[in-house]
Amino acid sequence: MNKVTTIQSRFVPVTMENIDTDQIIPARFLKATTRDGFGKNLFRDWRYANDDEQQPKADFILNKPEFSGEILVAGKNFGCGSSREHAAWAIKDYGFAAVVSSFFADIFKNNALNNGLLPVTVSESFLQQIFAQPNTTTITIDLAAQTITIDATGQQESFEINSYKKTCLLNGYDDIDYLISMKQEIEIFEKELA
Amino acid sequence: MAKTLFEKIWDKHVVKQIDGGPSVLYIDKHFIHEVTSPQAFKGIEKRGLSVFRPDQVVATADHNVPTLNQHLPIKDELSRLQVQQLIENCKKHNIELYGLGHPFQGIVHVIGPELGITQPGMTIVCGDSHTSTHGAFGAIAFGIGTSEVEMVFASQCLMQSNPKLMRINIEGELNKGVVSKDIILYIISKISASGATGYFVEYAGSAIRSLSMEARMTICNMSIEMGARGGMIAPDEITFSYIKGRQFAPSGEQWEKKIADWKELYSDAEAKFNEEIHINASAIEPMITYGTNPGLGIAINGLVPVAESIPDEGERNNIMKALQYMGLESGKSLLGMPVQHVFIGSCTNSRIEDLRMVASLIKGRKKHDQVQVMIVPGSQQVSKQVQAEGLDKVFREAGFEIRQAGCSACLGMNEDKIPAGEYCISTSNRNFEGRQGAGARTLLASPLTAAAAAITGVVTDVRELI
Ligand code: SF4
Repeated sequence: MNKVTTIQSRFVPVTMENIDTDQIIPARFLKATTRDGFGKNLFRDWRYANDDEQQPKADFILNKPEFSGEILVAGKNFGCGSSREHAAWAIKDYGFAAVVSSFFADIFKNNALNNGLLPVTVSESFLQQIFAQPNTTTITIDLAAQTITIDATGQQESFEINSYKKTCLLNGYDDIDYLISMKQEIEIFEKELA
Repeated sequence: MAKTLFEKIWDKHVVKQIDGGPSVLYIDKHFIHEVTSPQAFKGIEKRGLSVFRPDQVVATADHNVPTLNQHLPIKDELSRLQVQQLIENCKKHNIELYGLGHPFQGIVHVIGPELGITQPGMTIVCGDSHTSTHGAFGAIAFGIGTSEVEMVFASQCLMQSNPKLMRINIEGELNKGVVSKDIILYIISKISASGATGYFVEYAGSAIRSLSMEARMTICNMSIEMGARGGMIAPDEITFSYIKGRQFAPSGEQWEKKIADWKELYSDAEAKFNEEIHINASAIEPMITYGTNPGLGIAINGLVPVAESIPDEGERNNIMKALQYMGLESGKSLLGMPVQHVFIGSCTNSRIEDLRMVASLIKGRKKHDQVQVMIVPGSQQVSKQVQAEGLDKVFREAGFEIRQAGCSACLGMNEDKIPAGEYCISTSNRNFEGRQGAGARTLLASPLTAAAAAITGVVTDVRELI
């Protein structure tokens, strides 16, 4: 997995609340058997009219060239609904390195963490402050310090992350390596459980 | 120390507690399907591993399968390849597959319980959020992502943080025309689509205890729609008699031993929950959703909220956007509104009891001309039972179309889709934008309410027909 340390970038605001993973990546695009290439279908039905790449919807944020960056900022309860990890793959494949919201659905948060995509939970008021910024503002997310800063104003908030997960992200480790290293313990446990 | 039902099962399955981190949780049963497993198989193969405990994995094909002519090759090429890949992966890794053509094939959350694979006290996962369904048996069951599927393949374990615990107590008797789907839609409408995020929920109380296993599964199934990791119900005699005699249920001496263990699975009187909610069953009416998340529901005879007068800006915008997508107006009743489709199926409501309920309402009646009605049994076994009980005849006489088992129009992935702009009363679990096909408008309801609309062609209070 990629290492995550500090991300400094402009941001892309998607202010809607309760964005479910069916919107992030609609079911008809889940037929691939690899993890790659989902970015082009990110927010597909919000991005294109009639599912046609020749007809981008001008008012959707990903189609506005003045908005760009590695940080996606979204309304509360982001990633609810289906457990499809394809949602995290699509966001990452599109080029985002972090997602900021005031509230994440559980499975999405795990999926993001398992793919080196950093979910950052901020307060609702901080989220609104980000939304109020002009598109040129940059945001800095420092994983080691667990802080997120609006660079133009200096406003800062600290965010929580499980210390084990933080270590994994900083070092690019994943859970599987750890679990595989526990095989013997698991076998002993199985005998006791039986 | 007093423990909750959840804690009793969880504690028994913790292999190791990592300092300041998650627990390593042992998984008893792992269900897989074609959509969320291919990348996980690729992942372990890339690491040079094989599946650690193939005997504890059960596979089926459900999301991508057609519900007509299942004996023919799947027409859509990508769907066919995905199903084919599952067949190859299962073969290579010695995993039991109940694929197309197998008498046990069906929606993963329907077949696990009906085969007796799902049992009390187990930890159960699947790369599918509605794994919470299996919690109805007093199991810890939850949906996982594909990286986690890979972890379970590799080690039969998962890294999990302790969730908070919520208990929802529903006491009293249900009103006429109100069934378990209405209970869960009511709960979600009260606590919202994110109200139980971070929690594992136990459903309790006299109204829950009175329910059949099928009805309990419907409730646990939709726990995820309020954000909960999972839902569960303490097992009792109803649970035991449902399991007894099923294909993979324990038998003989083993059965006696299991029953003794299962009888210990309840929350102790002194056990503590982080949150408790009390609901009076008699307050619940038949429910229907009007919006684009399952929390946006009202009583069938209620009014769509007046979006403009909602004080919270975020919520106001949400509801306005939802109403616009749904083509509905603030402050109006949905009763009498024409619908073009009725879908009875999905892991929420495609079990035999659901179909019996529908049959008993429509018997001797005919569907409305302007409505297309699709009934999709959850599994091959349910299909067989439908025929054995002669329900298929009732459905056919009413003009309902009966399909073969699969997820069908629950999600716009296979051939069964609702056209853009049209309304569908659906017994499934999600009314998200585009869930049943791009532009489709979904109204979630119980099998009874769906059947009532099939007959009248409009949104109907089922109590007028019973
Ligand atoms: S029936 Fe619907 S919700 Fe259930 S597993 Fe299939 S797609 Fe998912």
